Amino acid sequence: MTMQFNDETFRGDYTFRNSAAAIRRFPFPFDRDGYMYSVNIEQHPGGPAGSPFEFAFDVDEHYVAEMKDREITLADDPMRCQSLPHMELAGWDLLELIMVSKARDYPELFKLNRDGNAWHWINRPLGIDKTFTFLDPTTLPCGPMEYITRQAQGDFALLHEREGNLWLDAGMVTSQADWSLDFDVGMNFFEWHAPVPKARKMGVFDKALKFLLAVTQEQSYRRLNWTMTVNPRLDTSPENYHKWGPEKRSITPANVGAKQFLRVELQTFWRLPRSNALAFPIRCYLCNLEDIATQPKWGRRLHRVLRDIDPDLAEYKGFAVNHEVIVDYLAQFDDGAETSPGIFPD
Amino acid sequence: MSKLALKVTEIEALSPLVKRFRFEDPAGAPLPVFSGGAHITVEMPDGDTIRRNSYSLISDPHDGSGYEIAVRREDRGRGGSRYMHTRVNEGDAITVSSPANLFQLDLRARKHVLIAGGIGITPFLSQLRQLGIAQKPYELHYAARSRDEAAGLRLLPDAAHIHVHISDEGARMDLGAILDGQPLGTHVYTCGPEGLISAVADQAARLGWPKTAVHSEAFTAPPPGEPFEVVVKSSGRTVQVKADQSLLEALEAAQVEIDYSCRGGACGRCRTHVIACDGRILHNDHWLSEAERAEQKTIMPCMSRFKGARLELDL
Ligand code: FES
Repeated sequence: MTMQFNDETFRGDYTFRNSAAAIRRFPFPFDRDGYMYSVNIEQHPGGPAGSPFEFAFDVDEHYVAEMKDREITLADDPMRCQSLPHMELAGWDLLELIMVSKARDYPELFKLNRDGNAWHWINRPLGIDKTFTFLDPTTLPCGPMEYITRQAQGDFALLHEREGNLWLDAGMVTSQADWSLDFDVGMNFFEWHAPVPKARKMGVFDKALKFLLAVTQEQSYRRLNWTMTVNPRLDTSPENYHKWGPEKRSITPANVGAKQFLRVELQTFWRLPRSNALAFPIRCYLCNLEDIATQPKWGRRLHRVLRDIDPDLAEYKGFAVNHEVIVDYLAQFDDGAETSPGIFPD
Repeated sequence: MSKLALKVTEIEALSPLVKRFRFEDPAGAPLPVFSGGAHITVEMPDGDTIRRNSYSLISDPHDGSGYEIAVRREDRGRGGSRYMHTRVNEGDAITVSSPANLFQLDLRARKHVLIAGGIGITPFLSQLRQLGIAQKPYELHYAARSRDEAAGLRLLPDAAHIHVHISDEGARMDLGAILDGQPLGTHVYTCGPEGLISAVADQAARLGWPKTAVHSEAFTAPPPGEPFEVVVKSSGRTVQVKADQSLLEALEAAQVEIDYSCRGGACGRCRTHVIACDGRILHNDHWLSEAERAEQKTIMPCMSRFKGARLELDL
């Protein structure tokens, strides 16, 4: 397996694109023709070969470009990466988890040699060859969480468990769906989920918290979440709303298929061994409506889901202004035929 | 729940009542590392039941070459510790769970004060190593009746910040003196008998410590008791619970699906809804509140028992 990495951008001229293979492996989030907020959790890793669920940390054709985009965002705003002092051990745990997983799952791309605490890490796609001492922060150019998450796609939250709750005490957040690490750092589980409509009332978060607290180091889990983004932009942070918010207004019936993206978050949950913290990686996948519709099952289903969605949710997910244009566009792909169960294309 | 199939590689008597056990992977593969205060659940197959007890890990949390536990023989217990003392030999195969932690250090603390009573020393043995690696300031106070009872002595480093209080030698632990004058931001952790845990909590409260800086683990194996029976709603079946079995063990033996983690009444995982209760639930867990206990609408099957005519569980 040799992987080709796209030369592409997630801002400005937005040259991001999905290859045909990337479209077919897109983690389409709807397993039926309707949508309800729920805690749809599965064991992770595990899934069909080639799917984004197969390995612990999926590496795909967007890897190198996403890491460049992260670099730009961090240079602009270093507060996108924060770690309270007591989270350093959790940072090492995360570094180990990612390095070990990637070296095992992508041996052509990554290599890790360990001799006690003397580690040698090779990241071929990013051209990194580094020896360092595990658990000794002076041997890395930055903290362990920052070091490894500059080399791993997706956002990362590290949660500290205390008082029967989980506290967002460290994170690397540059591709978030409209939430802010800087606003939320130090908050507990309920505080940073407060804006989700109806969910609190349904007791979803009490159940989710209970579930998360019970995650053990022997078994990790995943769930998919989704939203909509205009243009393939990773950094849709509240801090930069002025840059991407107005782009929502650029959607027309003629360009909606190309400019409107379904944004899927593959969220995974890991109990870290040395720190007993929870790692919560949030990996973002983007696919525009045009590309989604190349899979007939997805075109039909996405039309039905979005047509019937609760208007409050469309508002919360930020696409209410374009709801009608999106549904009108998708209608052409829905011939009324039945769709097969599950998320994978036919 | 995924299991680790290990081999008993060392057994050592630490005191007349306490033995240390070391488990390793039979092929020498590294085991998952863990955090200070974590425990594993050990399986003890005995005839047609599998007894499972949880024990704190006492070895170095960063050392995956093996897991070590210390087991105190409780002759009035359900038989788990007796099994470990009399039936387990070096070279035997043994199945354990992956480590889980219900008693972790709060790494925000400026200083950690660890207070152990008797066999309650065990979770601190791994925590000490974690604190040592992290170079965090701490002090440990270890109280036991006699030197013979103080099995942990052999496993403790000889250091100025480790204090041993042997009451037979007239060196009783003075909680007031220990807690008073600690720097702001100190956290205290207690493991041992209920009396010690509440004494530390009371003392800390009197000194105005925030509740969030006071931690404890009252980790006990399920107590034996009189036999009783329960009805399982889904199948309508009646399950007999023997005197030396926990309700959780009896349900497992009857192939009833039920979740667990700590098996010591501390994690909440086995919490089960009670549909009918004509009698009295003997709550032995550390999870339910007083009000929940009084309601008799929930039971923690890993620890609690029943006395009365009929108990039906929503399983
Ligand atoms: S298994 Fe943990 S409380 Fe019962």
